[in-house]
Amino acid sequence: MKNSQASYLDMDLLRFTTAGSVDDGKSTLIGRLLYDTKSIFEDQLASIKKVSEKKGKEGINLALLTDGLREEREQGITIDVAYRYFATPNRKFIIADTPGHFEFTRNMITGASTANLALILVDVTQGIVEQTKRHSFIASMLGISHIVYCINKMDLVNYSKEKFLQLKAELEQFSAKLNTKDVRFIPMSALHGDNVVKRSDKMNWYEGGTLLHTLENIHIASDYNHIDCRFPVQYVIDSGENRNAFAGRVAGGVFKKGDEVMLLPSRSVTRIKKIETMDREIQEAFSPMSVSIYLEDDIEIKRGDMIVRPNNSPKITQDFNAMICWLSDSPMQMNQKYLIQHTTNQGECFVEELKYKIDINTLHRIEKDTLIGANDIVRISIHSSVPFFVDRYDRNRNTGSIILIDAETNITVAAGMIL
Amino acid sequence: MHVDTGHNFSETIAFRDELIKKRGVKLIVASVQESIDKGRVEEESGIGSSRNALQTTSLLDAIEQYQFDCAIGGARRDEEKARAKERFFSHRDEKGQWDPKNQRPELWNLFNGKKKDGEHFRVFPISNWTEMDVWQYILQENLEIPKLYFSHQRECFVRDGILMAKTHFVQLAENEKVTLKKVRFRTIGDATCTGAFESDATTLEEIIDEVASSRITERGGRSDDKRSDSAMEDRKKQGYF
Repeated sequence: MKNSQASYLDMDLLRFTTAGSVDDGKSTLIGRLLYDTKSIFEDQLASIKKVSEKKGKEGINLALLTDGLREEREQGITIDVAYRYFATPNRKFIIADTPGHFEFTRNMITGASTANLALILVDVTQGIVEQTKRHSFIASMLGISHIVYCINKMDLVNYSKEKFLQLKAELEQFSAKLNTKDVRFIPMSALHGDNVVKRSDKMNWYEGGTLLHTLENIHIASDYNHIDCRFPVQYVIDSGENRNAFAGRVAGGVFKKGDEVMLLPSRSVTRIKKIETMDREIQEAFSPMSVSIYLEDDIEIKRGDMIVRPNNSPKITQDFNAMICWLSDSPMQMNQKYLIQHTTNQGECFVEELKYKIDINTLHRIEKDTLIGANDIVRISIHSSVPFFVDRYDRNRNTGSIILIDAETNITVAAGMIL
Repeated sequence: MHVDTGHNFSETIAFRDELIKKRGVKLIVASVQESIDKGRVEEESGIGSSRNALQTTSLLDAIEQYQFDCAIGGARRDEEKARAKERFFSHRDEKGQWDPKNQRPELWNLFNGKKKDGEHFRVFPISNWTEMDVWQYILQENLEIPKLYFSHQRECFVRDGILMAKTHFVQLAENEKVTLKKVRFRTIGDATCTGAFESDATTLEEIIDEVASSRITERGGRSDDKRSDSAMEDRKKQGYF
C-alpha cells in the first residue's frame, strides 16, 4: 500500500472523453465503470438512491452521478461536460463526460480538447447515427490518438457475434477516412457489466480486452512536442536582480541553460543565462513546465512574444488557414472583427475567406454553403491585426490552436486548428 | 481575501493570521457579521441555523468594493457534482451569478478572460486535482496545514448522522448528547456546517492511508451541501464560491 501511494503523484494519467448519441447508455457506462472499480462512495450512492426512490424508479439510476445540474437530472439529459476522477493500481483517470445532444456539441468539444482517448458509444440496435460520425470526426480533428468504439446493448441482440462484426465493419469503413489510426471495438453491455470491468461469459467469441483493461494498458503517446522549442512569454518579471526574467509555460521543445535563443517578433538572438522554477534553479525545461527564463542580454520583451531557437522558428504571419468549429448560436460573419487568442498572444482578426464546410455524414466538402452556424466545421483563412507565431496543430497543439471571441459579447465563438 | 462568517474554528483563524504574518501580505476580511450589522442579510435562527449561505452577499459586496477582476480559489471538480461542471475560468455576470447552462466553451489551455465592467471571474487552478492529489502534494512539499486536519480530542455530538463539533456557535437540541471523541476534519468550513470524522490519523502519511481507504466522500460531512440535492448548484448560481 505504502509503495503504491508513494508513486501516486507520478502515476500515468489517462484523460478520456465519452461521447455518443442520446440514449446510447453513456451515463450508464460511466456509472458501471465507477461502480465496478469501487470508485463510488457510500454517501454518493445513498444520495442517488434517495433521489431514484423519490422519482419512484426501481433500482439505482447511475446517470444521476454525473448529471450535476438540476435541469440535467429533471430532464434526464447531459447539458454540459462533467468531470469524474478515479484510479486503479495501474493508472489515474480523468473522465470528461460530454453531452450527446447535437445542440450541446460545443460542450462536447470542451471536454474532448484535452483528452488522450475518446470512447464513442454505439447502440448495437441502432447502428451508426449522425452523432457517431460527428463525434468521431471531432475527436480525430482534435488530434485524439485513440478511439474506442463501445458497441453497447449487446444483451438486446443476444450477444450476437454477427451483429457485432457487421457494425464493426461499417465503423471501420467510416473511420478509415479519419486521421486517428488507433481505432478499437469492444462489444459490451453497460447495463449488465459485460466487458466493462469484468469479462463477459456470454461473448466467448470476443478475444480482446475489457474496457478497463484497454484503458489501463493503452500506450499514451506524449501530447507534448519535445522537438520544436517554443516559449510564449506570459509575464515579464522586472524587479531588481530579476531583470530580463520571463515567466511562462514551455509550449514545446527543451530549453537548456546556455542555449542560443531567438526572440520573436524582434528576431534578436541571445543566450539563456538561467532557468528557474518556483524555488530553485534547474538545468533544463520542457513542456508543460512553468518556469522563468533569464536571458544574457537586455532586450525588450512583452507578453505574447515568443522565445524560440534561431534554426527552428514557427511561421510568423498575419494570414493563416484553419479548420474551425463554430460554437456560437449567431452565425459566422465575413469581414466582421473578432478577437483572436493564440498562446499568450492576442489581437483582432477577420475571416477573409470561407473555403468549405464539412458534411459530417460523408466527410465531403461543401463549397457553396455560406451560412455558418453553431456546430459547423469549416475551413477558413484568417487575417489578423498583428503577427502570430504559429505551428501546424498536428505538429504542436499549444502553438497550433486558436480561439475566436466576439468583441461585443465576449463569448468564445470558435475554436480553430491551424493548418 | 477571506470571507469570515464569524463562526470559524478558532484554530482556522489563528492559522490564517500566522500565515499572513509570515508572508507579510495584506489580508482583506469580508465579514458576514458586518453584513448582518448593516442589514444586508438576515441571520437564520433556531437549531441547525448557519451563516454559510450568507457568505455570498459578503463575498459579492467585497468583490464590488475592491473591483476585483477575478477571485482565485481552491475548489475542485471532484468535491461535488455541481463543482464537477465548472470551467477553469468561470464567468460571473454583474450580479455575481453563474449560468451553468450557458458556460463559455473552454478549449485546450486558451482561457477567455474577456469581461465587461462589473463582471468578474472565478478561477479554479486546481480544478482537476483529487483529494488524494492534494494530500500527496502537501506531503511532497511539506506544506503547513491547520491542526484541525489531524486527529485530536474534541467534544462532539451527532446531528442528522453527522458528527459535529460542540462550539458556542451551535445550539444543541435537547436529545443531542455531547461526548468526547477522537476526530479530525477532511474539509474545514464554518463550524456550524462542517462535520468531523472519527480518526486516529496524526501524520500526513496516516491521513493519506485513511483517504485511500475511505468509503465516504470528502464533503460527506458538509451539512451545507445536504440541504437539498441542488444545494451547491443553487448557492453557486447566486454567487457562492
